[in-house]
Amino acid sequence: MATDTAVTRDLESQEGVRRRDWIHIAALSTAGVGAASVLIPLISQMAPSADVLAASTTEVDVSAIQPGQAIKAVFRKQPLFVRRLTAKEIEEANAVDVSSLRDPQTLAERTKPGHEDLLVTMGVCTHLGCVPLGAAEGENKGEFGGYFCPCHGSHYDTAARIRKGPAPKNLMVPDYTFTSDTVIRVG
Amino acid sequence: MSFAWAKQYEPKTPLMKWLDEKLPLPRLVYNAVGAGYPVPRNLNYMWNFGVLAGFCLLLQIVTGVVLAMHYAANAQVAFGTVEHIMRNVNYGWLLRYAHANGASFFFIVVYLHIFRGFFYSSYKAPREMIWLLGVVIFLLMMATAFMGYVLPWGQMSFWGAQVITGLFSAIPLVGEPLQVWLLGGYAPDNAALNRFFSLHFLLPFVIAGVVILHIWALHIPGSSNPTGVEVKQESDTVPFHPYYTAKDGFGLGVFLILFSVMVFFLPNALGHPDNYIEANPLSTPAHIVPEWYFWPFYAILRAFTGDLTIPFTGITLIPAKLLGVIAMFGAILLWFFLPWLDKSPVRSGHYRPLFRKFFWFGLIPAMIALFICGGAPAEEPYVIISQVATAYYFLHFLVILPIVSQIEVPKPLPFSITEAVLGKDKAPAESRAGSTDAGTPGALPEGSLQPAE
Repeated sequence: MATDTAVTRDLESQEGVRRRDWIHIAALSTAGVGAASVLIPLISQMAPSADVLAASTTEVDVSAIQPGQAIKAVFRKQPLFVRRLTAKEIEEANAVDVSSLRDPQTLAERTKPGHEDLLVTMGVCTHLGCVPLGAAEGENKGEFGGYFCPCHGSHYDTAARIRKGPAPKNLMVPDYTFTSDTVIRVG
Repeated sequence: MSFAWAKQYEPKTPLMKWLDEKLPLPRLVYNAVGAGYPVPRNLNYMWNFGVLAGFCLLLQIVTGVVLAMHYAANAQVAFGTVEHIMRNVNYGWLLRYAHANGASFFFIVVYLHIFRGFFYSSYKAPREMIWLLGVVIFLLMMATAFMGYVLPWGQMSFWGAQVITGLFSAIPLVGEPLQVWLLGGYAPDNAALNRFFSLHFLLPFVIAGVVILHIWALHIPGSSNPTGVEVKQESDTVPFHPYYTAKDGFGLGVFLILFSVMVFFLPNALGHPDNYIEANPLSTPAHIVPEWYFWPFYAILRAFTGDLTIPFTGITLIPAKLLGVIAMFGAILLWFFLPWLDKSPVRSGHYRPLFRKFFWFGLIPAMIALFICGGAPAEEPYVIISQVATAYYFLHFLVILPIVSQIEVPKPLPFSITEAVLGKDKAPAESRAGSTDAGTPGALPEGSLQPAE
């Protein structure tokens, strides 16, 4: 009993550090690590599940698209616009001073070498995610002859670059490759 | 926590005595909304909306729980089960229309409750915590209402989910992964619908919990009143029951008449017809609008059409989309700072001539303009109107209110609530000459809040 008291007094004299502090730190750290590891499954269950991720490549046959025509496909459950540009549209897109654009990109940077007339973009407005008009026959193509988003009035040009309105970026070009001369694989 | 003259609960029967010793629930009710809660005698009808908001929450929980018995949160069938409720389920049409219009009425009531707070400065000391909890409730309500609107899986549901979760993609760096995480996919789909249903079921009970804190915090200083003069003596108050149970009961009757008119005769007047078209991820409706109660904030979101740039350099500091998102959330988060922005010691707008002018001819017209612009297409003249109104909205809270509270000369306040009501007060004259605390310790704020007569 007497030794215990002496030991305690001795420990407390070392700047107030007590043996019990170690237990507190150890217990709280263990509980903290435990709580953090429980959070990981709780948070990551919200991320896209395996079946959603599995549906993330799409093949599109582009052989039948005529110049001036566009088709809508579906990629990751979102619309994908594939458009065959006419010579005039390519000329218009290349005539623009790139440095004057909000999101500066040339047409060549937005297409694949050898297929500069095939423009593949997501049909998702970069403002708040509406589907722009202009892919189907007779739809409003906006002031720059590309796409027009009716939700908040974003105008995209023939290279689907943002030219006017609230959208911050050009229509996104997804990763894709030509698996043959006529088929692209997106994703 | 109540005034010294509050009536004490006395159990009358042996059963109630027994219960009071084991679980004093009747005592709690008696002290909270019974004769044991003294309330200022001069409350006007603007003080009805707290009870009405509580009623709306109850209505939404009851109708919502029974609707959930017939609804299935799966993108394949959700739209169909809503039609099943409308056509096959007994009284399903009534329950669904009551729930949909109940949401609208909940917001009407809560907006009146909030604007009561703005006009009578109910947010000022000692009631800041009540106000802060109220803003939390409002934010939770907005989240709940948004997720509820997605559940029918119509066109507006789908595109509303797309646009609102798209707001998060404006956040630099983490925005787009955050949106994918929120939706559980790259576009709204089954994963999003399911989690929205789960949270839409959960959040009302969270709201109910915060409502309990809101009422608890209210019962510490007691209710404010239209004069803004604190309660000083027993003659300033009446017991909550029967006086305000009766007054709130009358208000509830009026509310139910108006609510029934909407549910039975105009059930779709506040909805959008596009939501009776099943969700189609490949086709955006020509004109996406949120529900009417989000219009003012949607107008603020859309008011920002240009990037914030450093002049003459072309360097973009904040893109327009992010500016809009910051402003929209800021418009509500601003309310958290209101108790410290408005420094005037006088509470009630009735005694604040300058504040009152800015309230009626500044804030209210700006809110109406934002409301109209939020429901209108994004074209002129609505864009410029919403920009002007947004500018005024922020100026009002951040500049005008602090300046007005410095330069304004308030009108003389009545000595007490009793004097305001009866024109005279028999309270001892010495208490008028001396401290403004008329001897009710704990119930009054600091004396600085009561300007000298």
